[in-house]
Amino acid sequence: MTASHGKIAGINGNMLTVEFDGPVIQNEVAYPVLNDLRLKAEVIRIRGAQADLQVFEDTTGLRVGGPVEFTGELLSVELGPGLLGQVFDGLQNPLPELAEKCGFFLQRGTYLEALPRGRKWEFKPAAGQGAAVRAGDVLGSVAEGMFTHQIMVPFNLPGRYTVREIAAPGSYTVEQPVATLDDGASRAQVTMLQRWPVKLPITRYAERLRPTEQLVTKIRILDSFFPVTRGGTYCIPGPFGAGKTVLQQLTSRHADVDVVIVAACGERAGEVVETIREFPKLKDPRTGLSLMERTIIVCNTSSMPVAAREASVYTAVTLAEYYRQMGLNVLLLADSTSRWAQALREMSGRLEEIPGDEAFPAYLESVIASFYERAGIVRLNDGRLGSVTIGGTVSPAGGNFEEPVTQATLKVVGAFHGLSRERSDARRYPAIHPLDSWSKYPSLIPEDQLMLARRMLRDGNDVNQMMKVVGEEGTAIEDFIVYLKSEYIDAVYLQQDAYDEVDGATPADRQKHMFERLYSVLMARMHFKDKAGARKFFQALTQATKDWNRIPMDSDEFKAAERRITQMLAEVTPNA
Amino acid sequence: MRRIYNRVERIAGNVISVRAQNVSYRELAQVASGRGVSLTQVIRLQGDMVSLQVFEGARGIATNAEVRFLGHPMRTAFSSALLGRVFTGSGAPRDRGPVLDENLTDIGGPSVNPAKRIIPRRMIRTGIPMIDVFNTLVESQKLPVFSVAGEPYNPLLARIAMQAEVDIIILGGMGLKHDDYLYFRDTLEENGALSRSILFIHTAADPTVECLMVPDISLAVAERFALQGKRVLVLLTDMTNFADALKEIAITMEQIPSNRGYPGDLYSQLAARYEKAVDFDGAGSITTLAATTMPGDDVTHPVPDNTGYITEGQFYLRNGRIEPFGSLSRLKQLVNGKTRADHRTIMNSMIQLYASYRESLEKMSMGFRMSDWDRKLIKYGERFEKEMMDLNVNIPLEKALDLGWIIMADCFEPAETGIPTRMIEQFWPKK
Repeated sequence: MTASHGKIAGINGNMLTVEFDGPVIQNEVAYPVLNDLRLKAEVIRIRGAQADLQVFEDTTGLRVGGPVEFTGELLSVELGPGLLGQVFDGLQNPLPELAEKCGFFLQRGTYLEALPRGRKWEFKPAAGQGAAVRAGDVLGSVAEGMFTHQIMVPFNLPGRYTVREIAAPGSYTVEQPVATLDDGASRAQVTMLQRWPVKLPITRYAERLRPTEQLVTKIRILDSFFPVTRGGTYCIPGPFGAGKTVLQQLTSRHADVDVVIVAACGERAGEVVETIREFPKLKDPRTGLSLMERTIIVCNTSSMPVAAREASVYTAVTLAEYYRQMGLNVLLLADSTSRWAQALREMSGRLEEIPGDEAFPAYLESVIASFYERAGIVRLNDGRLGSVTIGGTVSPAGGNFEEPVTQATLKVVGAFHGLSRERSDARRYPAIHPLDSWSKYPSLIPEDQLMLARRMLRDGNDVNQMMKVVGEEGTAIEDFIVYLKSEYIDAVYLQQDAYDEVDGATPADRQKHMFERLYSVLMARMHFKDKAGARKFFQALTQATKDWNRIPMDSDEFKAAERRITQMLAEVTPNA
Repeated sequence: MRRIYNRVERIAGNVISVRAQNVSYRELAQVASGRGVSLTQVIRLQGDMVSLQVFEGARGIATNAEVRFLGHPMRTAFSSALLGRVFTGSGAPRDRGPVLDENLTDIGGPSVNPAKRIIPRRMIRTGIPMIDVFNTLVESQKLPVFSVAGEPYNPLLARIAMQAEVDIIILGGMGLKHDDYLYFRDTLEENGALSRSILFIHTAADPTVECLMVPDISLAVAERFALQGKRVLVLLTDMTNFADALKEIAITMEQIPSNRGYPGDLYSQLAARYEKAVDFDGAGSITTLAATTMPGDDVTHPVPDNTGYITEGQFYLRNGRIEPFGSLSRLKQLVNGKTRADHRTIMNSMIQLYASYRESLEKMSMGFRMSDWDRKLIKYGERFEKEMMDLNVNIPLEKALDLGWIIMADCFEPAETGIPTRMIEQFWPKK
C-alpha cells in the first residue's frame, strides 16, 4: 500500500487538522514535517478530506500548508529480547541512548530504535523442521538476564504454518532471520524482533482464566485485608501527599512476580529518577540479582508532551502482554491513570466533542475499562500459565473520590485501595483507609478471622466517634477496650514502617503467623481496674508487638519477643 | 514574503484574529495601537485565520491596526549582563538599563531527559526552624507556599532567598503589588544580593495576560545558568495569577472549562513550569519556590490542588506561621539522615507531641477535665509555638535541634516523649 500525503490546514495546541489525498487509516501514524524534523503524530479523527492528528511533540513552528507524511501503520512497539532493564519514553525511545545523542534535553523529532540492533543473542532452537505452528508458538529461545526469553511465531501471522527452516544454535542479532515459515501459499521469514500495535491486546493464548492465585506484595494491609491476585486489577486513588507513589514503589520492589513494568504517566520526573537510579543497586530478594533486571520503565513525566501520555500506558501494557505470552507473571504499575484521562480530556476539548462530567469525554469509562481488561491470567497454547496484573493510581481532584476517573475505575477493578488524607496526616502509613477500601479477591487469612478484625476496626471507629462527643469519662470500659483493640490492630498490623528492613516487607507465612497472634489478642476477654490501666496495658503491648515486628523471623529473639507478648496477655486474662 | 497585515478580523477579550499566510505556530507578532506597540503570540491557526493573544491587552486596538509577524517564537537574551537588572513580563527593561539582545534563547524549551537527572542530595539552609528541622528544603526541589491572600508569603520568600546559599536568584513576579516589587528589590539591595539577582516583574497594574510569560522567561534564564554549573533559586509569586491568566485566554478561545472555569490542561501547564526544577547530572541546579494563594483558604481549589500533585511537598502559611500539619517536604528524607543523628528524632517527636497538644487544646475548649498530662502538653505547645514556629526565629539547624531538646526537657520526663532510650541517653539535657 502506498502511503498518503497531506497538508496542514489548522493548528490548535498539539492537534493538527490535515487535508489528505488517498486512503488514511484511523489511528495510523503520520509525520508532519518541519524543515528536517519529522514529528510523530497519530490520526484520531477523519472527517471528509480532513483528518485530525494528535502530535506527540511540541508543535511550535509548524505552518498551515506544511507537508504531512502518512505511514499506513498503526502506532506500534518493538518486541524482542533486550527490553528488560530499559528506560523508555512513552513512544518506546530508550532515554539513556537519547541522552547520549541529544544531551540534557529531549529534542523533538528524534526517534531511536527500542531494541539494540548490534547486540547478539545465543539462540537455541526449540521447534523442529516440519513442525506445525501458529502465532504465539515457541520457535526457540535466548537467555535474557535471568529469564528464558522465548522467540515466538509473530503474533500478526494469521493461520497455521509449517516450519521450513530453523536457525542452528548460535548467536544472532534481533534482525537476523531465525526461521522460515510456510502456510502453503507463501513463506514468511521470522526474526527475533516483531512489532505490535499498542492499542490492540495480544490474545495469542488458549483461554483466559479466573484469577485465584494471590499476588503477595509483603504489605500487610494489602495481602491480608485487601488482597490482589495474579491477573487481577486494582486501583489506588488518593489526594496528593497521601503516599500513592511510595506505595507503588514498594510494590514494585517486593511483589512476587517475574517482571515488573512501571508506567510513570504524567507524574513527577524526580520519582522516576529515584527508580532509575536506585533499582540497579537494589537486590531482588528472590534471585539476588539487581531489581532492574526484571523491570522495564516507561516514563512520560508531567512536562513531557501530553499526547504521549496515552501512548505510554498502552506501550507499557503491550510489553506486559508480550512477557505474559512467555508464561511469565507480569505486574504493570500505572502512575497515574488520571493524568492519562486528562490527556484524553485535553484532546477531546480540542476536537470540540460534547463533554461529559468535568469536561471529560463521554467515552472515558469505556477507554478505562478496556485498558484494565487487558489484565488477566491466561492458559497459553501449550498449557502454561501467564498473567498480567494491573495496578493503577488515580489522582482525584481535591481528593474527592466522586469524580469521573475514580468512579469509572472503581467499576472495572477487583480491588480498591483508597488512600486517605486523614491517615497520612496522622503519619499512619501506608495510608490505605481500612474501612473504605475493599477487595473482591480471596485473602491468605481465614475468612472468619478476617471478619472479626474488620468488625473490630469498624466498632472501634464508632466508639472513637462517640468519645469525641461524650468524652472518655462517658464511655463504658467494654467499649473503651474495643476501641483500644482496634487501635492496636491499626498500630501493629495495618501500619508498616517502610524504612525498616524487616518490618518493611512481611512475607506471606509471617503474615499468617502474626495474624494468629493478633487474633488471640482480639478474642481475649480482658479485665482492667480502670481505663487508665487499660490504656497503659495497650501502650505497652503495642510497643512490644512493634519491637517483635522488627525482628527477623527465624531468630531466637523472635520467639522470645513472641513469648513476652503471650505473657503480657496472660496477665490481663485471668480466666483464659 | 508579506509579514505585515492591516486588517484585524476579530477582537474578543485579549485575543485578536487576522487573515495571514505562512505564519508558524507560537510565532510572535507586534500589533500597533493607539497606546503603542504590543507583543502578541499565535495561539491558533485555522486555514488562513490566525488567532493571536495580545500580552498588553487588546484594549485600544483598531480593526485597521498594523500587525507585523516577527518570524520567531518568544526568546530571551542570556548573558551575565542580566544580573542586577529588572525586566517586564515580556523581557523589556523595567529599570533604566539598556535593552539586551545577545545570545537569544527560546523560552519554554523541551523538558529534561529523566536519564540526565540525579537524585537531589544537598540541603538548603534557611535559618527557619519550621523548614530546616521539620520540612527541610532540598536543592532542586519545587515547592509551593500555600496561603491566603493576607499572609506574609512574599517576606518569607525574600527571607529564604537571602539566606539560601545559592549562586543566582531569579524572581518572577506575577500580578505583584508595586509595593511588594519594591520590597523585594530593596531587600535584595540591602543584603547586597541584587548583583546576583534577576527580576522579571509583572505588577498588578499591568495587563493580566502579560504575566503568562513570566514563569517561562524566568525558568529559561535559570536553565541556561544551571547548565553553566550555577545553583539557581527561582521565586515565583503568585502562581494563582498565572493560572487565572490561562483561564482568561481559555475562556476567550471558547475552550470547554473543566473545573471552576479553568482549562482542562491546567495540570500540564503548571507541570511544564514546575518540572523545570532540576539537579543536572554534571551541571548546576534549579530550585523553585512558588507562592500560591488559595482563594477562600480552600486547598481543593483547582490551582493549589493541581499544584500539590505536581510539586514535591508544600508549605502552608497560616496565621503568619508555617503550619506543621499539611506542610510537607517530600525530599527531606534524602538529606535529613546526614545532618545530625538526632534530626529525625526531633522532627518526629516534637510534631507528635504538638499534635497531642492540639488535642488537649480541643479538650479544654470542649470543657472536658484536664489531666496533669494535658497541662504539660499545653505548656509545651505554647513554648513550641513561641520559640520554634514563629517566623521571626532565625537560628541555624544545630541550634534549633538543641533548643528542641531544651524545650522538651523543660516540659516532660524523658519516658513521656516516646523517644528511644538510645537517643535519650545521648541527647537529653542533663540538669
